Amino acid sequence: MSTVTTLTPKPQAELKAQVNALNFYYGDFQALKNIDFPVERNQVTALIGPSGCGKSTFLRCFNRMHDLYPNMRYEGEILLYPDAVNIVSPQVDPIEVRMRIAMVFQKPNPFPKSIYENVAYGLRVRGERKKDVIDEKVEEALRDAALWDEAKDRLNDLAFNLSGGQQQRLCIARALATDPEILLFDEPTSALDPIATARIEELVSELKERVTILIVTHNMQQAARVSAYTAFMYIGQLIEFDDTKKIFTNPSSKLTEEYITGRFG
Amino acid sequence: MPADSLTVADGSPDAHLQAVRHLIARHKTLDWLFGLLGVAALMFAMLVFAMLFGQMLVNGFPHLSWDFFTSFPSRRAASAGILSAWVGTILVMLVTAVVAVPLGVGAGIYLEEYAPKNLLTDIIEINVTNLAGVPSIIYGLLALALFVYQFGLGQSIAAAGLTLALLILPVVIVATREAIRTIPQQIREGAYACGATKWQVVAHHIVPYSLPGIMTGVIIGLARAIGETAPIITIGALTFIAFLPPSPFGNPGHLISFDWLTAPFTVMPIQMFNWISRPEAAFQANAAAAGLVLVVMTLSMNAIAIWIRYHFRKRIKW
Amino acid sequence: MSSIPLKPLSPPLLEAGAGQPPAAASMRRSMNLRRRLTERGIEGLLLLAALVSVFTTLAIVAILVWESILFFRTVPLIDFLTDTQWTPLFDDAHFGIIALLSGTLTTTVVALLVAIPLGTILAIYLSEFAPFRVREVAKPFLEMLGGVPTIVYGYFALLFVTPLLQRFYPDLPGFNMLSAGLVMGIMIVPYVSSLSEDAMRAVPMNMREASYAMGATRLQTALFVVTPAALSGLASSYILGISRAVGETMVVAIAAGMQPSFTFNPTEPAATITAYIVQVALGDLPHGSIGYQTIFAAGLTLLLITLLFNIIGHILRKRFREAY
Repeated sequence: MSTVTTLTPKPQAELKAQVNALNFYYGDFQALKNIDFPVERNQVTALIGPSGCGKSTFLRCFNRMHDLYPNMRYEGEILLYPDAVNIVSPQVDPIEVRMRIAMVFQKPNPFPKSIYENVAYGLRVRGERKKDVIDEKVEEALRDAALWDEAKDRLNDLAFNLSGGQQQRLCIARALATDPEILLFDEPTSALDPIATARIEELVSELKERVTILIVTHNMQQAARVSAYTAFMYIGQLIEFDDTKKIFTNPSSKLTEEYITGRFG
Repeated sequence: MPADSLTVADGSPDAHLQAVRHLIARHKTLDWLFGLLGVAALMFAMLVFAMLFGQMLVNGFPHLSWDFFTSFPSRRAASAGILSAWVGTILVMLVTAVVAVPLGVGAGIYLEEYAPKNLLTDIIEINVTNLAGVPSIIYGLLALALFVYQFGLGQSIAAAGLTLALLILPVVIVATREAIRTIPQQIREGAYACGATKWQVVAHHIVPYSLPGIMTGVIIGLARAIGETAPIITIGALTFIAFLPPSPFGNPGHLISFDWLTAPFTVMPIQMFNWISRPEAAFQANAAAAGLVLVVMTLSMNAIAIWIRYHFRKRIKW
Repeated sequence: MSSIPLKPLSPPLLEAGAGQPPAAASMRRSMNLRRRLTERGIEGLLLLAALVSVFTTLAIVAILVWESILFFRTVPLIDFLTDTQWTPLFDDAHFGIIALLSGTLTTTVVALLVAIPLGTILAIYLSEFAPFRVREVAKPFLEMLGGVPTIVYGYFALLFVTPLLQRFYPDLPGFNMLSAGLVMGIMIVPYVSSLSEDAMRAVPMNMREASYAMGATRLQTALFVVTPAALSGLASSYILGISRAVGETMVVAIAAGMQPSFTFNPTEPAATITAYIVQVALGDLPHGSIGYQTIFAAGLTLLLITLLFNIIGHILRKRFREAY
């Protein structure tokens, strides 16, 4: 199987990241096989594929979450622009990568702290102590995450008291507060009801003005709705990468077509 | 711009990245320092243990001879030994185990397998939790009033064994319950599906499969009981015992005699306490030797318990 | 049209035990009954075993309260609570429990000053920092440290720590609350660290991932996320530490002396509640005398204090109940 990439770069398109020949191993098991793939700035790129295809593993390479666990290995590179640093290189500090690339997880995972403190956490981690700066950033992030109106009167409430959808928007606000360059979403709506899902999707579309977005989803309609580009992965390989419209209307690979039309997965 | 803050970085991305790296370096130093602090704390604990053990070894080891184990306590430090103490400890532990194991395991089985959800069960559960937090000397007071005077057992091996049995009961109950809880429901369902009664399920499956966990709990409980001093002192155990309790065997007319149960006794920690209380250095060296024996007894029991737990956890995977 | 007449079903065949002679059915019924009775009997025995712990508690409370009632017939409660001397065996008898409480409080505070910081640091280190190998060695080691008999710690306090302290502070008396408290603190460290570590390990990994994903370091994650999330567990480990320190007997009886004295100065000797009970038990007091009753009044005080801490522990756990 070879990757089908029929994408012709638009003239004014600017790259935020470029994945080159990325391999990833858990011990002896190779979870990602030779992935090449561009990430365009201020666009939403969706990663789809059947469960176990490696799309989450791939996403977690972007902010080096794998480094928290033993016995894993990256090969190849993910270049982050503008400075073209290879973020999976062992010489690059994972903490530095995570300060530039934020992540929203599958299940909302707020800290057992107040709403305010959850959003302020990234700033505190970065050593910010000035209350007015933090106040301002918290408000801005909550507004951007469309949570401000619901949360402004209860900033000191425990985050666990929010609904599931609100908790996930809080996690988005938490990630936005530190002005990340890329925002990773790992199936952000899989634990949410349809109404909460619609709000998150809306939010993702709005946020691309501010930040480059990579989103893993098992929901193909979601990928079609929010993303400009879509990558289809299957057992650790990138099968096809293209304009979302092209992938969903006229895929080049037979495998992609079968997945899109629901014949497997 | 403050060195440790990133939110007011000037426009250039390079300067910002420099600030990030600077900040990370500082945070990593703190990380490293805490790691060092953790290692230091661990080292300190190990050092304390080394000093505790070393001090006893230096003072007590020269006294550890065959005679030390086969002599009675004496007014002359040099010829004093721990014969009555270790025999007493073994006999008291025998009573403790015989009482605590069936009661503790039975209670654990009841609470996990039989107990209905009702007020009585709640009371028993809360009670077991609270009993585990009652200071051991309180058990001594209970035993003094109840076993020594009310039941008229006096300062006997039976009174001491019963006291320590009550003391370690919560340990055995909790260990039994935890061991039973790891057995998956399918095992019970499988056995019931073969037509087993509840008791058969318990006797054929639940108890055998949770045995390693129960044994671990029992051994840890007994190791604790061996070292317990306060409750035994409280029931008024004599500290100077220069004789052995009557032997259970070889009495005319009886196969096994139970006279030893009501005999006066001493145990290892009491003997050690007695020697610590003497001002003479020679007796304190005896105390060190007795302490050494006591520590080796309890630690090897704990080691056996840890080994059983480790060994069987590896073998049984549900 | 001919048909084979169907045999009418005989009524007995419709009942249980179909196809068997009546004798076998009744035998089976009696076996069922016997089995049910055995099952009930076993259940009853097991319930009885479980009830032993309840009887133990009832007996403890009944005995302490009964003997204390006898005690308070002679000694007014107000004297017990306000007098600052405890000399029940003297001709000029005083019964001020404060003199014993001060010793208990002082040794406990000294012990906690050692056990809480050390236990917490060890817990954070073992749960968040230590490599797997270190933890594999450290955990059984700490367990072992918790398994050393208290009498041995008492010996260590009196014959090692006190002489050591006297080198730096020559005026320190041979019996003092400082070395008893310090050693008691060391003794409690394994309890605090192992319970705290359990609480921290119970914090789900996704909480840590969220923090690391923000660029936090280990220490930041440990201090700002894991510790707050495990707060109830930490608090209850501290509470357990306190109640162990309050109830600890041999270390204080051996190293802090058995002379009741109203003082909060750790460099002085003083008896705790537990040490007093030991002192009385070592003597030969007649059953039923006022001296005999004092140890039950002291014991009741001790039980109430530990009960208080147990209740505080429950409340803390309820208030900080984690939602994950």
